[in-house]
Amino acid sequence: MVQNIIDVKNLSKSFDISSKEPGLKGTIKHFFRRQTKSIKVIKDISFEIKEGEIVGFLGANGAGKTTILKMLCGLIYPSEGSILVSGYLPFRRKENFLKNITLIMGQKQQLIWDLPPIESFYLNASIYDIDKFEAKKRIKKLSEMLEIDEELFIPVRKLSLGQRMKSELLAALIHEPNILFLDEPTLGLDINAQRNLRKFLQKYNKETNATICLTSHYMKDITSLCKRVICVHEGAISYDGKLDLLLKKLSPVKEILIVCRSEEDAIKLENSGFTVKNKIKNEITLKIENNFITSSLKNILNNFDIEDLFINEPPIDEVIGKVLIKKDYDI
Amino acid sequence: MISNLIKRKIFTLLQVQYSNMLEYRVEIALWAISGIIPFFMLNIWTNNNLNESINISNTMLSRYFLCAFFVRQFSVVWVVFSFEEDSLMGKVSPYLIQPLNPFFRYFAQHLAEQITRFPFALIIAFFFFIFNPESIWIPNLGILLLSIVSTFLSFLIQFLIQSIVACLCFWTEKASSIERLLFIPTLFLSGLLAPVVSFPAYVKSWIYLTPFPYLIDFPANLLSGNETNISRGLIMQILWILILFPLFKKIWSEGTKKYTAMGS
Repeated sequence: MVQNIIDVKNLSKSFDISSKEPGLKGTIKHFFRRQTKSIKVIKDISFEIKEGEIVGFLGANGAGKTTILKMLCGLIYPSEGSILVSGYLPFRRKENFLKNITLIMGQKQQLIWDLPPIESFYLNASIYDIDKFEAKKRIKKLSEMLEIDEELFIPVRKLSLGQRMKSELLAALIHEPNILFLDEPTLGLDINAQRNLRKFLQKYNKETNATICLTSHYMKDITSLCKRVICVHEGAISYDGKLDLLLKKLSPVKEILIVCRSEEDAIKLENSGFTVKNKIKNEITLKIENNFITSSLKNILNNFDIEDLFINEPPIDEVIGKVLIKKDYDI
Repeated sequence: MISNLIKRKIFTLLQVQYSNMLEYRVEIALWAISGIIPFFMLNIWTNNNLNESINISNTMLSRYFLCAFFVRQFSVVWVVFSFEEDSLMGKVSPYLIQPLNPFFRYFAQHLAEQITRFPFALIIAFFFFIFNPESIWIPNLGILLLSIVSTFLSFLIQFLIQSIVACLCFWTEKASSIERLLFIPTLFLSGLLAPVVSFPAYVKSWIYLTPFPYLIDFPANLLSGNETNISRGLIMQILWILILFPLFKKIWSEGTKKYTAMGS
């Protein structure tokens, strides 16, 4: 049986935030009497993640996804509840725990700006107690997987965003962590760079059985990498389960555009009991529930003279968008 | 374990930071030049014959201020500014989840910068001797070694004081303003503007209880051959390190609990 590698129980996090009214009056008031209030950004959440799983954290901006990742990797201290990652309390930041994890933030970098990435790789290797020979081997392997070569010897400041991101990944993975926390890793990358990064993460997960926790606003990252998603809404979990189940639940009906040989066939189809969205001459769009797609199509193809048909999936961003603004999904 | 840490981590850190510092060699040269306050002070002292009031010859005073310049070059610390920026911009986050305290990075950065500064400091000293040939002297090897140790201890004290102040970023966000406040006693009591011996006796007795005279005055007096109590100076330096180090550890461990990873 696959073991839980992450165990979160009743986790909450509050931040003290000071607020200020606009204008000079507000500024003076703020100077003399600073008003701070405690805001609970994560509210009593619980979940488990199994070894080797890739889990996507979905949520609108400010929902709390990144805060959850920061607590999981030990960067910030939880206010309430418990977290166990690989058997460790993350915020204690024990050496063996830190050697087991990595955090990659799309918009932040750890590479030394004025030096080529290779210098940062060897520095990281020594920080993680990896000898030079082993480090060289790992750099070679990872650079092949990430398809970077000459870039290793060019100062970071002269690299493109995509090349820099690949180098960041290499620096963050040189110690071969088995838990990866990725906060918007494809942010700002072009389509090809995004695809390559996803391919790399899939390969890394397959080869090392690493657990990956991922947040991203690019739905393609989530759909191509994660079977399971955790939806976060205003600091609480609104859905935790399989992505395809969520998609089915959110979009139970598919639209099918059928091009009939003649308008008469289209009229015949319109009157045959299907839910019709619209009809223009010999083209008719039907709405069919996911569960009846196969039987309905069989029926249509056997009984009507069809020239062509198209199944329209609703755009995934639109479907997922619904989950980001809703509190609960009972599936 | 400690030797492994020093040998591998610190050595690699130093190597990488030195490569990084060489990218900024012009800036470092300018920084070295900007540290010539002691030479201005020397000018003020000698032109006004102030040295007579403390029974110190012009030559010894020149040597003192030259040594003060050298000690300052190798003990200057800016960790509070680096840490504050990294902390506010969220750059410190990736370092916090690595099995090495981020302050080791800053420590290596400072040491690397000192190595880069060395040739520029020598050039400045060369010009100083051209204009003040009577000040040329060769300190004996023992004194030179003790001065190097004392300068390094002075650097450690300043690094620890600033690291403690830097950790206040976890509470105040703008810890550098506290550092600016600390700069005042550092400037006046460290011996950068005047040898501590020039202060009235009752003030001196208080000053010697603070860490400030051990930052520049003591190592500069030691190197220049002026009269100083070597064992008391070294003991006080070590004592201050022993006081400041646990304080830093405590404030660091409490501060990281407050860390909110802003900007990341």
